Amino acid sequence: MSAPALAHVQTEYLALTRRRRIYGGLLLIVFVAIFVSGFRIADGRNAGGFWQGLHQIGDFPADLVREAIEKAANLPGHMIRAIPALIETLNIALVATLLGCILGLFLSLAATRGLAYWPRMVPVARRLSDIFRAIPEIVIALVLIFVLGGGPVPAVIAIAIHTAGAMGKLFSEVNENVDLKPVEGLASVGANWSQRMWLGVIPQVAPNYMSYSLLRLEINIRASAILGFVGAGGIGYELRNAMTFGQGKFDQAAAIFLLLFATIVLVDQLSASLRHRLTHGAPA
Amino acid sequence: MLDVRQVTKIFGRKAAVDHVTFRVDGPAFVGIIGRSGAGKSTLLRMMNGLTPATGGEIIVEGRDILALRGSEARAWQSDCAMIFQQFNLVPRMDVVSNVLHGILNRRSTIQTVFNLWSRADIVQALAILDRLGIAEQAPKRAEALSGGQQQRVAIARALMQDPRIILADEPIASLDPMNAQIVMDTLKRINVEDGRMVIANLHTLDTARRYCDRVIGMRDGRVVFDGLPSQLTTGVARDIYGADAGFNEAATSTAIPTDHEADDQYAATMLA
Repeated sequence: MSAPALAHVQTEYLALTRRRRIYGGLLLIVFVAIFVSGFRIADGRNAGGFWQGLHQIGDFPADLVREAIEKAANLPGHMIRAIPALIETLNIALVATLLGCILGLFLSLAATRGLAYWPRMVPVARRLSDIFRAIPEIVIALVLIFVLGGGPVPAVIAIAIHTAGAMGKLFSEVNENVDLKPVEGLASVGANWSQRMWLGVIPQVAPNYMSYSLLRLEINIRASAILGFVGAGGIGYELRNAMTFGQGKFDQAAAIFLLLFATIVLVDQLSASLRHRLTHGAPA
Repeated sequence: MLDVRQVTKIFGRKAAVDHVTFRVDGPAFVGIIGRSGAGKSTLLRMMNGLTPATGGEIIVEGRDILALRGSEARAWQSDCAMIFQQFNLVPRMDVVSNVLHGILNRRSTIQTVFNLWSRADIVQALAILDRLGIAEQAPKRAEALSGGQQQRVAIARALMQDPRIILADEPIASLDPMNAQIVMDTLKRINVEDGRMVIANLHTLDTARRYCDRVIGMRDGRVVFDGLPSQLTTGVARDIYGADAGFNEAATSTAIPTDHEADDQYAATMLA
């Protein structure tokens, strides 16, 4: 390249770097300003005030831990008594995750450009999963509990709908990164859409799908516990009763927390080994 | 300058590199040939420090670089550039940024994380790109470039390191013959003009014969040939590749044939 041409490239690139730095700096200033002003507004609207309340933030956990330690002997009994409720909660989460992920799979395939059976329906599928995601599961659960009565079924439907929306989005992002060459290979031998998806796409995305689904299962266990607060049964109902102030049942609450924690750890460990098997194959 | 002594790498129970010993003095262009799985890549990766060795030592200027750890090992890496088959650039970053990555070891973490390179660094990166004939690609993302251009960006990154040794692991294996020649010519130029040692894993014999001052043949982790390119006869090649008499180099050669027999035949049919 001639000297003037190189000088031109050099000036252009240095100008580009300067522009990028100015934009980056401005963005940082705007971000900090919004953050500070937002915090001040929120603090102003707070009933108590952030700084006055800050030192009390540990009071409730401290009470809970103190009472739990005082009555440590009761914990195993409380845990055993809470296990049937825990199983109900787990079942709600499992069924809802399974249903939600299956629905999410179809939504995601319909929402991915290049894979969709009806390319024109891609925006429709995307908006549908947006809607599923937008409605809080607690609202769906409350409506369904009003219509169908309390119990696990409204909770399953509520969580499954939210899961389908979330998975539709996450799965379709996985689908967008899929290598289309195997799909083209299958198309070249005359495979139909279902065959191309099941044999060309799913093997590539299965490990990712699996890890998203297992993460979602953890989230759904917590969600199904929360729905217990509004009458969907399970461990959430027990937790609400135990957590109310001034009843001296904090040992029971602590037992339930421990049980939930153990469950999440268990699911996490299980999913880690499952995912490992999926990506690296079964140990020889 | 570079003294490789009894270097060994064992994966599980198999020796990928088995007591390899050789010595290179001065800025030579050394080619390492051998079939896939012969241990060429592992050897180069151990020299750079990407893969820890199981045994042996590599002496450069009186110190064993296999024994270096932490920041000392990274300082050695910054002095010993590596070029990869798949280029190993950051695809979403622009070409100049990729070249500037060559001096990451010599700049502070904060400065590099926020991309705050000095004017002098940027000017130097552009000068190197210009030397390799790709300065006009400077602001583009690395992923937008062709394979041959990306490999030249990788060489520019290596030059930015101002290294004494350049290791090239199959630098042309994913390139078409035209681009392969450009990349090999570039490496040779760096070797001759700058006096930097180049050690390249190659998979075609004609490339090794044409560019190298010295060829090392590896088979099953051992050095089975070490000599001049002119000593690399078809018989020796058969030994290195473990091939039988049916082995024909020309069958897979990527060199464009110099004979015009085919052209002549084509001309004859057209004129008939």
